[in-house]
Amino acid sequence: MALRAGCAAAPGRALENKTGAWRVFKPVFEPEKCTKCGMCALVCPEGCVRETEEGTFEPDLDYCKGCGICVEICPKKGIRMEKEEK
Amino acid sequence: MTAAELIAFAAFEGGVYAQAFPAFGVERRGAPVQAFVRFSDEKIRLRSQIYEPDYIIVQDPTLIGDVDVFMGMKEGGIAIVNTEKPDFDSRVPEGARVYTIDATTIALEELGVPITNTTLMGAFAAATGEIKLEPLEHALRSRFSGSMADKNVKAAGRAYNQIGGAV
Amino acid sequence: MLEFMEGSHAVAEIVKRCRPQVIAAYPITPQTHIVEDLAQMVANCEIDAEYITVESEFSALSACLGASAAGSRVYSATTSQGLALMFEVCFNAAGMRQPIVMTIANRSLGAPLSIWNDQQDSISLRDSGWLQFYAEDNQEAADLHMIAYKVCEDHDVLLPAFVCFDGFILTHTYEPVTLPTQEEVDAYLPAFTPYQRLDAANPLSLGMYATPEYYMEFRYEVDRAMERAKQAFIKAGREFGEQFGRDYSALVEGYRLEDADTALVAMGSICGTAKDAIDEMREHGRKVGLLKIRTYRPFPAQEIANALKGVSTVAVLDKNISLGNGGAVGIEVKSALYGSGAAVYDYIIALGGRDVRKKDIAAVVDLAEKGKGDMFYGLRTEVL
Repeated sequence: MALRAGCAAAPGRALENKTGAWRVFKPVFEPEKCTKCGMCALVCPEGCVRETEEGTFEPDLDYCKGCGICVEICPKKGIRMEKEEK
Repeated sequence: MTAAELIAFAAFEGGVYAQAFPAFGVERRGAPVQAFVRFSDEKIRLRSQIYEPDYIIVQDPTLIGDVDVFMGMKEGGIAIVNTEKPDFDSRVPEGARVYTIDATTIALEELGVPITNTTLMGAFAAATGEIKLEPLEHALRSRFSGSMADKNVKAAGRAYNQIGGAV
Repeated sequence: MLEFMEGSHAVAEIVKRCRPQVIAAYPITPQTHIVEDLAQMVANCEIDAEYITVESEFSALSACLGASAAGSRVYSATTSQGLALMFEVCFNAAGMRQPIVMTIANRSLGAPLSIWNDQQDSISLRDSGWLQFYAEDNQEAADLHMIAYKVCEDHDVLLPAFVCFDGFILTHTYEPVTLPTQEEVDAYLPAFTPYQRLDAANPLSLGMYATPEYYMEFRYEVDRAMERAKQAFIKAGREFGEQFGRDYSALVEGYRLEDADTALVAMGSICGTAKDAIDEMREHGRKVGLLKIRTYRPFPAQEIANALKGVSTVAVLDKNISLGNGGAVGIEVKSALYGSGAAVYDYIIALGGRDVRKKDIAAVVDLAEKGKGDMFYGLRTEVL
């Protein structure tokens, strides 16, 4: 990459830094338990929990680091962590 | 500082290089202050304060006694002192000439305020000959407008004529 | 045409004619008269500029940085503690390569509190990536602003600049100055063409983070730009001379150095007093000269070495101190003259506004010729 004066770059460049490989455990969402409260998306430090067309939620595993905060916050215990199989 | 600036400006208008600056940092009306002026036929490069003046103007007679206002004055130098008492106790250095003028009274009569800058400027011009009357008036009219300009020109003119008689 | 005016006013008038589009500054002694004048000019619609009033110097320079990144020509002015508060933004402005011009009305730094002149403030920002130019008199102070914009905005440079002139000694002194007309300034300084700018339709981030794989290369690029600024300054200074008759193409300027055995080295208004002192010493047969440093950053090491060839003794006047290792200019002059054989001595002088007279300059020369130096000059030992 050629350096650009002032360390300038177009926005969104952080999307190139995929952090999904950092995980040991991954979150597994159970849509049938979901009340669509959206707390999981709100607390996700990566901002990688997205709303589906049905109004339930799912993580973008390209970026999810496996921190498990969504599991802690879910009032219906509808998310669990599972060991990542590599 | 206003007096120094105006005197330097009038000298500059009269065709010489001039420099005016205050003793820095303590410029409040009424507080004891010093300001300095240099004139020269050549560009002025020197930036130090003035320790051996050719001329001294004492604006506030209450300083005399507390401060050695004539410190460093050269032989043959000229002092202009604003005072009501021509026989004040001055400790004027030998060989220096002193002109006294009651600039406060002139300023009060002409301007209505005890601000003596422009009156003393007239006295300075007459006593030293460093400034001619025409550039002096031009400097005052550049600085003040309308009736304030007229009043200041009149105050300076009164002092000029009064000292002019002495010279 | 020469006009009689205060230094601060001369700078404000010339800044006005450089047509800044955004001005953000916070008032601080002795810079206040400059920004008061400019605020008045904006209020009177004499300049088509946005004047952003801010609550601190940190905000002032931040506003300038944003406005510059958006493609505006911007201006600020500060001094002393105000510059200290800008420290972080100064590094960012240089790293983001924004050509901001800022006047420094040089003043000492506290504690103890002092409003008076020395050059500790700008010298302390020497590693920030800002160009630093020092003026000897108010004419040079005014002129250097036009040159600064031209150098900074050169796409080979793209760095911000301090135009430094001594607080009170120059800012508050009335003396004759020639101001170019608006048309003349426009002919010298074209409108600002940003190299890149923030634009909502074509988004951009500046000063992104750089990992260890990249950070050093960005710093290298800033250093290269500093080096290129020398040629840009020489060119802009020469063009200035061609148009206005006052040549600023020299990064360092000698005074009566041709046959000098002893040379003073100094920056800023002290050079004027030094020149008068040198004339007096010359009348007494002393072979003394002066080398004035106009651009402290980039530092003209090679130019200094060339100018001082043949001089046996060098006395550097430092209106600052890099505490623990002497004056900053002295350290760098010694480095520039390494191996030349000249004896180089450093004198810390005039800190916190102490007056410098011709006899002080002569005393420094005496000390240097006796081999006494690397010291504070003029200490009042009775209070120590």
